[in-house]
Amino acid sequence: MIHLIGPAVLASALAGIGVYGLLARRNAVLVLIGAELLLNAANVLLVTASALPAGGLAAIPDPGEAPGEITDPLLSGQVMAIFVITIAAAEIGVALAIVLLLFRARQTADLTAVEELGEASPTYTENPTGAAEPAGAAQPAGAAQPAGGSS
Amino acid sequence: MNGLEVVFIGLAVLTGASGLLAVTSFRVVHCALWLVVCLGSLAGVYLVLGAEIVALVQLLVYVGAVVVLVIFALMLTRAPIEASRRLDAGPGQRGAAALAGIGLTAVLAGTLVYAFGDSTVDVQSDRGSAESIGLAVFGGWVLPFELLSVLLLAALIAALAISRPTPTPTTPKTPTTSKTPTPTPATTTLPDREAR
Repeated sequence: MIHLIGPAVLASALAGIGVYGLLARRNAVLVLIGAELLLNAANVLLVTASALPAGGLAAIPDPGEAPGEITDPLLSGQVMAIFVITIAAAEIGVALAIVLLLFRARQTADLTAVEELGEASPTYTENPTGAAEPAGAAQPAGAAQPAGGSS
Repeated sequence: MNGLEVVFIGLAVLTGASGLLAVTSFRVVHCALWLVVCLGSLAGVYLVLGAEIVALVQLLVYVGAVVVLVIFALMLTRAPIEASRRLDAGPGQRGAAALAGIGLTAVLAGTLVYAFGDSTVDVQSDRGSAESIGLAVFGGWVLPFELLSVLLLAALIAALAISRPTPTPTTPKTPTTSKTPTPTPATTTLPDREAR
């Protein structure tokens, strides 16, 4: 026996934390962490719904009655939770590829620094691989790469 | 309050606290590691709720793959390892974000607590076993399952296509830059590797 209030409060708290992370973060990768927390809040609710009997909340037997034996053979909640996890994995793969593309084009993952997308932006570079850029711009970035990889 | 609920409350507090630290920490690597703690204890929450397979998938996909992708992305974007104030927006936006988060939590928790009331459920662990999930996925859910595999393939191809370096008009320069260990080839080849 477990009270349903616990998972409900946990899912709401995770959703609130995820929204805070989405809105308050500046680094694009950390914004994605907020999105992951939001998806997990949905998952908690799905798994909780899967613990209910087949009729949902209305089918929960009263404390005096015998528990009903009718269960959902499709296990919608748990299967949907697995699907959501899969979609989240696909989503973060594409999203991180976009973040890497943004970083390659602008040399920053700071979302407030990217005010305009496309050629109107002052930080737009025609050649995102950095071959046309002055050497001074690429050199400190190169020095920071081994430090990031070694930690 | 029985033992199951005590375990659940402990795991839920751990999940909430580590999630909060993951979105407020000033060090990016700490954020990713707190995310590991948060998602791992969520797997424990799923176990308490009787969903073994979902807990295993959570561990494999989220803790195993998504967090590794996030850490890869943090390193490839040369995120600062030391504590940095530039990860967060200004105090005004942070306050507004906190208001939005607390408001969402209050609305959701109020609605759900009102809906659930004082009801309790019996956790049946056999409903989350591999056999029942497998029968459900390859029985009634087989069409969405196949669609999902197409979606994964599309995401794979999209991630590859996005992170591929665009062919530059200055072709004579590319062989010289690719031989020298400059950071540019690393950033252009590593996305391909991690997208696979």
